[in-house]
Amino acid sequence: MATLRQHLLGMTALVGTGLAFAAPAQADLTVISFGGAVQQAQIKAYYEPFTAATGIKIIPGEYNGEQAKIKAMVDTKNVTWDVVEVETAELLRGCEEGLYEPLDFAKIGDKKDFLASAVTECGIGTFVWATILAYNADKLTTPPTSWADFWDVKKFPGKRSLRKGAKFTLEIALLADGVKPAEVYKVLATKEGVDRAFAKLDQIKGDIQWWQAGAQPPQMLASGDVIMSSAYNGRIATAQKEGRNLQIVWNGSVYDADHWTIPKGTPNAAEAYKFIQFASLPKTQGAYSQQIAYGPVNLKAIDGLDAKIAANLPTAPKNLENALANNGQFWVEYGEELEQRFNAWAAK
Amino acid sequence: MTALDDTQATAPGSVPLRVQLRRAERITKLKYLGLIAPLAIFLAVTFLWPIGALLWHSVDNPEVVEALPETTKLLRSWDRKALPDEAVFAAFARDLAAAHGNPALAGAAKRLNMERSGFRSQLMNTGRKLRVEAGQSAKAAVLAADARWGEVSSWQALARNSTPFTAFYLLAALDHKIADDGSIVHADPDQTIYVEILLRTLWMSVIVTLISLALAYPLAYLLATIPSKSSNLLMIMVLLPFWTSVLVRVAAWIVLLQNEGPINRALVGLGIVDEPLQLVFNRLGVYIAMVHILLPFAVLPLYSVMKGISPSYVRAAVSLGSPPFRSFWKIYFPLTLPGIGAGGLLVFILSMGYYITPALLGSPREQMASYFVAFYVNETTNWGMAAALSTILLAATLVLYIIYSRYFGPARVNQVAPR
Repeated sequence: MATLRQHLLGMTALVGTGLAFAAPAQADLTVISFGGAVQQAQIKAYYEPFTAATGIKIIPGEYNGEQAKIKAMVDTKNVTWDVVEVETAELLRGCEEGLYEPLDFAKIGDKKDFLASAVTECGIGTFVWATILAYNADKLTTPPTSWADFWDVKKFPGKRSLRKGAKFTLEIALLADGVKPAEVYKVLATKEGVDRAFAKLDQIKGDIQWWQAGAQPPQMLASGDVIMSSAYNGRIATAQKEGRNLQIVWNGSVYDADHWTIPKGTPNAAEAYKFIQFASLPKTQGAYSQQIAYGPVNLKAIDGLDAKIAANLPTAPKNLENALANNGQFWVEYGEELEQRFNAWAAK
Repeated sequence: MTALDDTQATAPGSVPLRVQLRRAERITKLKYLGLIAPLAIFLAVTFLWPIGALLWHSVDNPEVVEALPETTKLLRSWDRKALPDEAVFAAFARDLAAAHGNPALAGAAKRLNMERSGFRSQLMNTGRKLRVEAGQSAKAAVLAADARWGEVSSWQALARNSTPFTAFYLLAALDHKIADDGSIVHADPDQTIYVEILLRTLWMSVIVTLISLALAYPLAYLLATIPSKSSNLLMIMVLLPFWTSVLVRVAAWIVLLQNEGPINRALVGLGIVDEPLQLVFNRLGVYIAMVHILLPFAVLPLYSVMKGISPSYVRAAVSLGSPPFRSFWKIYFPLTLPGIGAGGLLVFILSMGYYITPALLGSPREQMASYFVAFYVNETTNWGMAAALSTILLAATLVLYIIYSRYFGPARVNQVAPR
């Protein structure tokens, strides 16, 4: 019987209606992340081993963190993304607004095994990344050492690049203006503090070329379009591996975790949990940090890291010395007003 | 018809000819209606309905009313001067208890956060913390949960959103806002942007239209006057880029115009300039690419008009002693006005909605209205604001179109142009 059925199945597949029969066996899982080098590392560390272990095929997709598509999917109850990587502010906001499933941690692992900031109602951290100052060491003979140097157009003439948006840009402006990392969000919560950040940005407005996608800074630095840029540290580390002479200044880095979430109403929630559980294991998290210089959130993975790799991660104690932890809750509160003001400022 | 009435060619007892005719006409009309019905239905479903729904979003304001039904009902009759009374606080406490854990509350919090940053946590935290103990007044309990409820402005913000419609988005799209006392005032100078963006959108569209017409006119003239064998080849060259994806053409312009691109390298190599010129990521780059993309829209209407002008008019003028330029200006040019009008209008209206070209080839100073529509749709999921900006853009385009058709429309042009 079995062989006959297989035979028939083969036949139907041949005539082109096989999909309907193949679907119930194992659903494909659509996993959306920030693309580029991040996605390449995720494919190697998570997607391929996961498919090998479970037989569930993963369809990798990418986006730039915009929540509109997810909202549209959830609102119309037609969710085609099963697992999504999001930044902290979007996670907190989306969780409150009902875009994401509250997670059942029994299906993922012991909460105690993770960094405290990685465990939230609707998300589990996947890696720690940092926005750092990067420069092209072939073009600059004296290396910059801080964001204050980034603002010094006399000592370092040429275009520089920042992410187009208020988030991180305003923090960086205040750090450059001498605000201590611990004070940044306190200052930014006041009108005077915001004015101060924009006044600082005014000083170099004409010298800034804005970037939007994480893959842009290494390209712009390598091509010589800009001499310095804010960038995601992992992208720069990957460019270094490819032989580019780009360097990282850890002083004044702004770090944050990205999280896995499950959009509310996905039909593949069970498989999504399986994937998230798999991607939160010490072994796979360690493999990810070997692929790209982003830190694991599983404490056991942090302990098991090779010392050479660990030294290049945002979580290395030396790199954390003068670093700023991104405050997701602050951006949930003030994000819209500050992004609006940033747009108004940038467009003039 | 009256002529028919007079002749009275009807036999007694039969249907009068007038009625028969009218019936026949009605059947013909129904036939025509039947023929255009598929198109009309298609347009209504795919064009009018979505646009209407979008415009609706610009005044739609359901969030707060849905999350806090009792409170908003009471606040509608509140004088908006002193703190509301105990009944409102009690209704507020009941609404919050009912809405707790419900995404509707987060929706209201998001909406209110637009009125004032920090309102989101004020509402959400109150929702989490609020417990009215027995014997305690609701007011005391609410104030204990968050002291900011003791400020009149918190309640004024709630009251502004106690109706299912709002002018908030449309006013914001015109750089205005409703103040706490209910009057309409200018937005803070560091938040104003949209009037300038609208004017910029209009200005850039005008420039692109003028450049396109200036370039298209001689080209269309050439196409219309040379033998059809060579004009067909030229026409293909005009249309070929027209059939290529806009994205591909924009990407190609980035490659051509960038600092290390072939144009700059050639200029530096020939010694014309010492340093590469900034040709892209500024307004120049946007103009170059937009004109290139929109040029066929100016060429084609001009060409079709010019093709229909008999060369004998100008020849006649010249043979009657008019100098060549005068013949062109007095005879040929007025005949091409309908083409200039149609091509110009087409290019202008298309320019008004341009998004991808300025987004990729411009700096923030070149972004046009559509960029901000996309920003609100994609990045902040603030569809009310996106809809309001679209409404303003649509209204501005319509007003300009009406002015255009009033003064330069086909009727006017036909009066000027001898037929």
